[in-house]
Amino acid sequence: MAHPPLLLTNATLCDPATGRQAPGHVLVRDGRIGDLAWGAAPAAPEGAETVDCGGHVLAPGLVDLRAFVGEPGAEHRETLASASAAAAAGGVTTLVCMPDTNPVIDGPAIVDFVLRRARDTACVTVLPAAAITKGLAGREMTEFGLLQEAGAVAFTDGLKAVTNAQVLRRALTYARDFDALIMQHVEEPDLVGEGVMNEGEMASRLGLIGIPREAETVMLERDIRLVRLTGARYHAAMISCADSIEIVRRAKDDGLPVTCGASVNNLVLNEGDIGHYRTFCRLSPPLRHESDRLALVAALNEGVVDVIVSDHNPQDVETKRLPFAEAADGALGIETLLGAALRLVHTGDIALPRLLAALTTHPAKILRREAGRLAVGAPADLVLIDPDVPYILDKRRLKSRSKNSPFDEARLQGAALLTLVGGRIVFRDGGFA
Amino acid sequence: MTSAPTPPGFPHRHLLGIEGLSRPDIEALLERADAAVALSRQVEKKRTTLRGRTQINLFFEPSTRTQASFELAGKRLGADVMNMSVASSSVKKGETLVDTAATLNAMRPDIIVVRHHAAGAVHLLARKVDCAVVNAGDGAHEHPTQALLDALTIRRNKGRIEGLTVAICGDVLHSRVARSNIILLQALGARVRVIGPSTLLPTGLDRFGVAVFTDMRKGLAGADIVMMLRLQRERMNGSFVPSVKEYFRYFGLDGDKLALAAPDALVMHPGPMNRGVEISSEVADGAQSLIREQVEMGVAVRMAVLEALATHLPNA
Repeated sequence: MAHPPLLLTNATLCDPATGRQAPGHVLVRDGRIGDLAWGAAPAAPEGAETVDCGGHVLAPGLVDLRAFVGEPGAEHRETLASASAAAAAGGVTTLVCMPDTNPVIDGPAIVDFVLRRARDTACVTVLPAAAITKGLAGREMTEFGLLQEAGAVAFTDGLKAVTNAQVLRRALTYARDFDALIMQHVEEPDLVGEGVMNEGEMASRLGLIGIPREAETVMLERDIRLVRLTGARYHAAMISCADSIEIVRRAKDDGLPVTCGASVNNLVLNEGDIGHYRTFCRLSPPLRHESDRLALVAALNEGVVDVIVSDHNPQDVETKRLPFAEAADGALGIETLLGAALRLVHTGDIALPRLLAALTTHPAKILRREAGRLAVGAPADLVLIDPDVPYILDKRRLKSRSKNSPFDEARLQGAALLTLVGGRIVFRDGGFA
Repeated sequence: MTSAPTPPGFPHRHLLGIEGLSRPDIEALLERADAAVALSRQVEKKRTTLRGRTQINLFFEPSTRTQASFELAGKRLGADVMNMSVASSSVKKGETLVDTAATLNAMRPDIIVVRHHAAGAVHLLARKVDCAVVNAGDGAHEHPTQALLDALTIRRNKGRIEGLTVAICGDVLHSRVARSNIILLQALGARVRVIGPSTLLPTGLDRFGVAVFTDMRKGLAGADIVMMLRLQRERMNGSFVPSVKEYFRYFGLDGDKLALAAPDALVMHPGPMNRGVEISSEVADGAQSLIREQVEMGVAVRMAVLEALATHLPNA
C-alpha cells in the first residue's frame, strides 16, 4: 500500500531539536521524511502530490505523554477513535494513554488489546502506559518485562500516586533492570485530603478546602531520594508549583535520571480561572497561584520542565455538572493543547521552537521514540500550524466525546491546519485547501 | 573411613558458618566427606565415632530434608539422635531462645544442630551451651553444610573448584545458601557470579568480590556451574517480583538459557525445587543436573562435620 510521495512546499520549517526556523520544504516518502530542504524547493518527484503550506509553520507532530482514554470500560466518555480524532485535530500525532481503564492496563493481554484496537480504530499513534501496580492498588508491582515486550512504553498508576515508599522503592529497583520508565503522579493523597483547589486565599474566600503545595513537594522529594537510591528512570508526570521546580532542578544538577512535565492548564491558567466554581477547572494537580504559573513558564524556558502534557481527561456531565466540591477532577485537553500552549508564544514568554520542543522532541526522547524530529529518515509525523489564526473555542465543535474543556469560549490564537501520521493525512482543517 | 589417611585436625569447636574457615579447614572437611561417601555406599554403613554421644537436632523452622540428612549422618556415626521441632517445643509456650538453650544444655548433649529463622540465633545459642553447635541454617545468614555439600558435589564432578566459574541465580537476598556458597567458593578459588533481579539482590553485593548480573543470559555465558536458588512463594506475586510467569521468563533456568553456559555446565539446586518457577523440569531432570547427587553428598558432608567436631568433645 505504497502512497505516492507528498511534497509539502512553501512552509516555514521549525525544527525544535535545533531551534532552527526558516522557509523550506519537506518530501514525504514511504511514511518517512524522505527529503528536507531549507530554502529553495526541490523538484517534485514524478507522481508526487504537492501541498502548498502557504508559509505556515511545519513542525514534528505533538507527542502527548498523558491522555486518559475511556477505552476499554468508559467508552461513553472517550474511545480510542474519538481521542485520536481529537488528537489529530490538535496536531498531536502520538499519545500515551493512561492505564486507568476498566479493566486496568496491568497485564500484557490488555496492552495487546489496546494496541490492536488503536491499530484498527485510531488515526494517530497510540502508545499504552501500563500500571506500576496491579489494579492500580498500590501494592504489588506489575510484570514490567512482559508488559514492555507487549508494547507498554512507560509505567504509571495514572491518576494515583504510588504512596507506599517500599512498593515504589522495589518498583524503581525492578524497573532499572528492565530500563523501564516510571511516571509518577506526584500528589500525596493524605495531604490532598478533601481538598479541591489550591490552598490559599482564593480557596478560603470560596469556602473550598485547599490542597497544599506540599502535597506535591513532599512526594516529589521522597521519590527523588528513592531514584537516587535505585537509579531508575523517573518522570514526574506534572508539577504545578515553584518549590517543585527547585526539587527537580537539584535532581537534574546531581545527574539523576529525572525528568518532569507540566500540564498545559497549569502553564496558562491559574486558580483565578475557577471564578465562580467552574468545575471544568477542577484539576489534579490543581490550578495554582499566578506566581506558580510564572515560575513554571520560566522553568519551561530554562528546560527544568521538560514536557508539556494535555492531561486530557474526558468527563461526562454526570461527573462535572455538580457542585465544585463534589465534581470529578479533570479536563479535556488534547485538542486544545497546541492552541492553549501558543498563548505563551503570543504573550512573548517563550519562543515557538522552544515551546514545540517541550511538545515534540523532549517527550519523544523520554519515550525513546524516533518521533519528534524534523530530520531525514524520521517518521513523517508532522503538523502544519497557523500560529496566529484567532478564534473563540466552541466546545460543541470538539471531536472528543466529552465536552469538559476549561477553554470553552476562550479566545485562542493558533491551530493545526494539517496533521500527518506516518505520511498519511489524518486531519485537514476545513479552511485549509 | 578406615583406609583414608587421618585428615588434619579441625580447629573449631562449632560450625557456625563458612565465614572464619580457612581453605585447609574446608579441604579437610571435603576429604573426610569423600571417605564418608565411600562408607555410605557400603552395605555396612555404621561407624562408632560418636558412640555414646547425644546429638540434638533443634529445628525452629521445618526442614524435612536437612533434618533427615543430619539424623542419618549422626546415626551412621553411632550417635543417639534426638529430633526437636518447634511445633512440639516449649518455644510455642513462650520460652526464649536462651532459656531453651539452657534447658537443653542441662540435658548434657554433645552436639546440637540448629536451624532457626533468625540470622544470628545460632551464634547466640552457641554462646549459651557447653556442647558443639552446628548451624543448619540461620535466617538469611549462613547454611555452611549446604555450601560444603555443594563444593563436594562440584569437586567430585569437575575434579576441582579452583578456576571454575559458578553462577548463583535467583533470590540471593533471602538466601543463606548463597551467602555460604559465595564465601566458600571464593575461598577455594572459584570465580563467582550472582544473578537475579535487583529486588532480590542484597545491597553491597559487589563488595563481596562477586560479579553481579541482572540479565541472566549475560550472567550465564560460559559458566561451568549453574546454581539455582529457591524462590519462596510469598515473594512471587508482586512484592519482590511481579509474577511466576515473569520470573520464569527472565530468571528461570530452562534449556534455552542453560545453552548459554559452558557446554559441560552442571546444574545444582539446594531443593526443594519449584518446577516452572526457578527451574524447568527439562533441566532439573536433565543430563546436566546434579540435584539428586547433592542430596547424597549432604549426608556425607554432615558426617564429616560431626566427626570433625567430635575430635574436640571431652574424652574424645
